[in-house]
Formats: sequence, structure tokens, C-alpha cells
Amino acid sequence: MLLIRCPWCGPRDETEFRCGGEAHVARPPDPQALDDAAWAEYVFIRSNPKGWFRERWVHAAGCRRWFNAERHTVTHEIRRTYSKE
Amino acid sequence: MRFSAFSLLRNAFTGHEEWPPFWRFPEPKPSYDVIVIGGGGHGLATAYYLAKEHGIRNVAVLERGWLGGGNTGRNTTIVRSNYLWDESAAIYEHALQLFETLSEELNLNVMLSQRGVLNLAHTPGDVREAVRRVHANRLNGIDAEWLDAKQVKDFCPIVNISPDVRYPVLGATLQRRAGVARHDAVAWGYARAADALGVDIIQGCEVTGFDIAGGRVRGVQTSKGTIGAGRVGIVAAGHNSVLAAMAGVRLPLQSHPLQALVSEPVKPVHNCVVMSNAVHVYVSQSDKGELVMGAGIDGYNSYAQRGSFHVIEHQMAACLELFPIFSRLRMMRSWGGIVDVCPDASPIIGALPVQDLYINGGWGTGGFKATPGSGHVFAWTLAKGEAHPLAKPFALERFTTGALIDEHGAAAVAH
Repeated sequence: MLLIRCPWCGPRDETEFRCGGEAHVARPPDPQALDDAAWAEYVFIRSNPKGWFRERWVHAAGCRRWFNAERHTVTHEIRRTYSKE
Repeated sequence: MRFSAFSLLRNAFTGHEEWPPFWRFPEPKPSYDVIVIGGGGHGLATAYYLAKEHGIRNVAVLERGWLGGGNTGRNTTIVRSNYLWDESAAIYEHALQLFETLSEELNLNVMLSQRGVLNLAHTPGDVREAVRRVHANRLNGIDAEWLDAKQVKDFCPIVNISPDVRYPVLGATLQRRAGVARHDAVAWGYARAADALGVDIIQGCEVTGFDIAGGRVRGVQTSKGTIGAGRVGIVAAGHNSVLAAMAGVRLPLQSHPLQALVSEPVKPVHNCVVMSNAVHVYVSQSDKGELVMGAGIDGYNSYAQRGSFHVIEHQMAACLELFPIFSRLRMMRSWGGIVDVCPDASPIIGALPVQDLYINGGWGTGGFKATPGSGHVFAWTLAKGEAHPLAKPFALERFTTGALIDEHGAAAVAH
């Protein structure tokens, strides 16, 4: 069970949150300009590291705001959570 | 050494202390024609079919831990082939048919028990989707039946079909040829048979990198030194992304924990397999009497082989609503495995952008049932350097072309 520090509400139980996958995947500014491979990279391909991972969470049963967390995918340690880079 | 009534009898006289080991523990040779990375069921099956059907016996299976110690030994042992789309139905049915003769094939009892699998429907939407899947299965020649709630109760007397629960049972699909098989025996059987054909199964050997020259893989770097290879197949389940990254390849896979647990053993009480996608539980009873239950995946990425407790709590709540008879059972053990989940809940089988490097992964939450078929088509693919017809739709390119095989409905575990 994870204890996640919401940047607005403080430390809360994992069950209040939903994980939104890898953070900092920017939507391409001009999708029409991309070829199929580049679009596939944006839509489907995500990092899947064994180690530190920056991911998105939403405090679904709390303030309902999105934020980012740096979490280790082996120890599950959360090094920090932040709302802006 | 072949198992037979005679060999059993002879060894009984010597107290069963003179059985030979199932496989050797060789040190790696300088190079192999084919290296399979991952000594789980899929990797071992791949090696076996390479040696048996394609005559390629200079093969090594590299396993970081011990044989069958990953997801092969952690799943809930269910085998079935009632998938929705033609491509999936073909490959899972191929696997199920191989399962039906596997004990004879491997000369080891894999304890296949075709006791029937129920996939429950709890909402009108579930019912429509399930009936559609029954029709699709039948069009593909796969046995499938739709049962209403009363028929579900007849087939599985302990299930609660009371209408006054949160998610009442409205009916179920039934595949009578589906059931369970002993997962360890599948791994051991393939390992033993592959070893007998000359395959080197090298345990405690972690792959740390690839030798790539001119866009072509030449070998692998391991904790036991560098080993040359003509072709390399990655069959490492949850660690597929990590290995592919060593070759500079990014995959559409995310690794999640998937948990399961068993109860204390009780007398036979549950005669089939019940799965419920909507409330997230699947239950069968092992030959030892333990109830074997699987959960859904945890929502976050992890390589830790453990998940969060609330997932199990949710699963137990669903289980008790379906089976009030289990309310006083104690749970004995729970564990997690790392599954590599694809965006369309279908596997990736075929070539990677590095020449002579192949992958068989992305089986996500449902790999065990596919083990023989997966190994069979992947061996064909590795031997010939082109995709087996059943594997072709599962190429990595489908994420670029958009020809996805969306099996979230049939995967039986919500992703």
C-alpha cells in the first residue's frame, strides 16, 4: 500500500488516487505533421524503467487534481511529488 | 529416461531415490544458433519446439533466476481459448489443442483438467458482450455456450445467483474444454524434453546487454560472460521492456503487479473455474484442495512482484458476494508476478527493429494458457526468420498500422 503526498492535500492513502502513467509526455504541437511511426510513439510507446519513474497521479477521491510523482518501480519509494516541473 | 508404469514400479523398490535429474546444469558454450532469454514456460516451450520441430538443437535458454520461478509458477493455472477476435481465437485455440496432448508429448503429466470455465456476466452490457463472444467463438470452431443464471447454478452449485446483491449473476459463458493445468509441470515437462534434445538450460544467468554490430545482434552479454548467437528471442515477460531497452528498442509495454492467493485446503467443493471480469475475481480449486484466486492488476508500474493490499481486499469482497460459502475460509498465501501489459491486451510476437532479434511478450495477465501455442509459433518464427501465420497479426508493427487486436473484454482481468 502506498502513502502518496498530494501537493495540495498532504499524505493520503493510495486508494484515494488513480495512476495516470508516465509523466511529461507532451502532445505533439502539430499532430498532422507526424508520420504513423511518430504518432504510434506518442499514443502507445511509454518508458517502462526498472528504477526511478516519473508518473502522473490524480487525487480522484480528494481534490481531483493531477500531479506528478517520482517513484521507484522496485522499492515503491516515492521520492517526491510535484505539481509543476 | 521415460516415465512409464514399469519405471514407476522399479523406482518404488528403491524408495524413489534413484530418479535421474530432469535436466542438466550446463555452463554456457561460446555460442549458440539460437538463444532464448527467459526460462519460463514460453521460453522453454520455444526451445523445445525449436529442437523438436525444426532440428535446431544448438539452443540455450538463459534464465536469470530459476526455471519457471517467475509468472509460470505464479499464475492461477487456467487454460481456455474463448477469445473474441479471429487472430486471438486462432492462437489460443492452437495452444489449447496442444495442451490436450501435452502430457503424452512431453511424457510428463501436466494434469490438464478440462473442467469447464465460466465467465460471468453481471450487467445487461456484460450479457450482450458475452453472447457476442459465444457467437464469435462458435464461428471460429471453439466450443462456447451461453448459460442463464439458473443454468450457471446447475453447473456450479456454490455460486450465489441471488438477485439482491450489488452485481447479480445474470448468466455466463461456458467453455467446457477449458480448465486448469499444473503450471509447474508444464515448465518442467518442456525443460526436461528440451534438455533431452540437447538444449542447454542455463539458470542463474542474467542478460546484461546485447552485442549488436551493423544493426544485427551477434550475441548477448551475461553474468556468465559473452555468448554468441545467430538469433536471439526475448521471452522475459515483465522484464521484456528492460531487455529491449538494452538493444535500444522501445516497446508499448507497461509492467504491472498481478496478485493471486490461495486458501487453506478444503475438501472438494468447487468443480469448475469461475471468472468474473466485472467484479475482478477468478476462482478454481486445486487438487490439493486450496482455492486458487486471482485478482486484477495494480494500476501503477512495478517490478516488485508484490501489489497493494486493497486490490486483494476488493477481490475478496467480490469473491464473498459470489461464494458466500467461503466466508470462513482462511487465506494462506498471496503473491505477485510482474506482467507486461500491451495497450490492446494482446501479445507481441515477432521481429524487433534489430536484425535477428525477436520478441515473444506482452502476454500480460493471460500468458499461461498460451504457453504451448506461444512456444510453437515463436520457434517457427525464430527458425525461419519470418512470422508464423498465427503470429503475424501480433507483430509490433500493428501499433503503427493501427491494426490492434483489442482483447480487453476477453482478457478477464481489467487493465
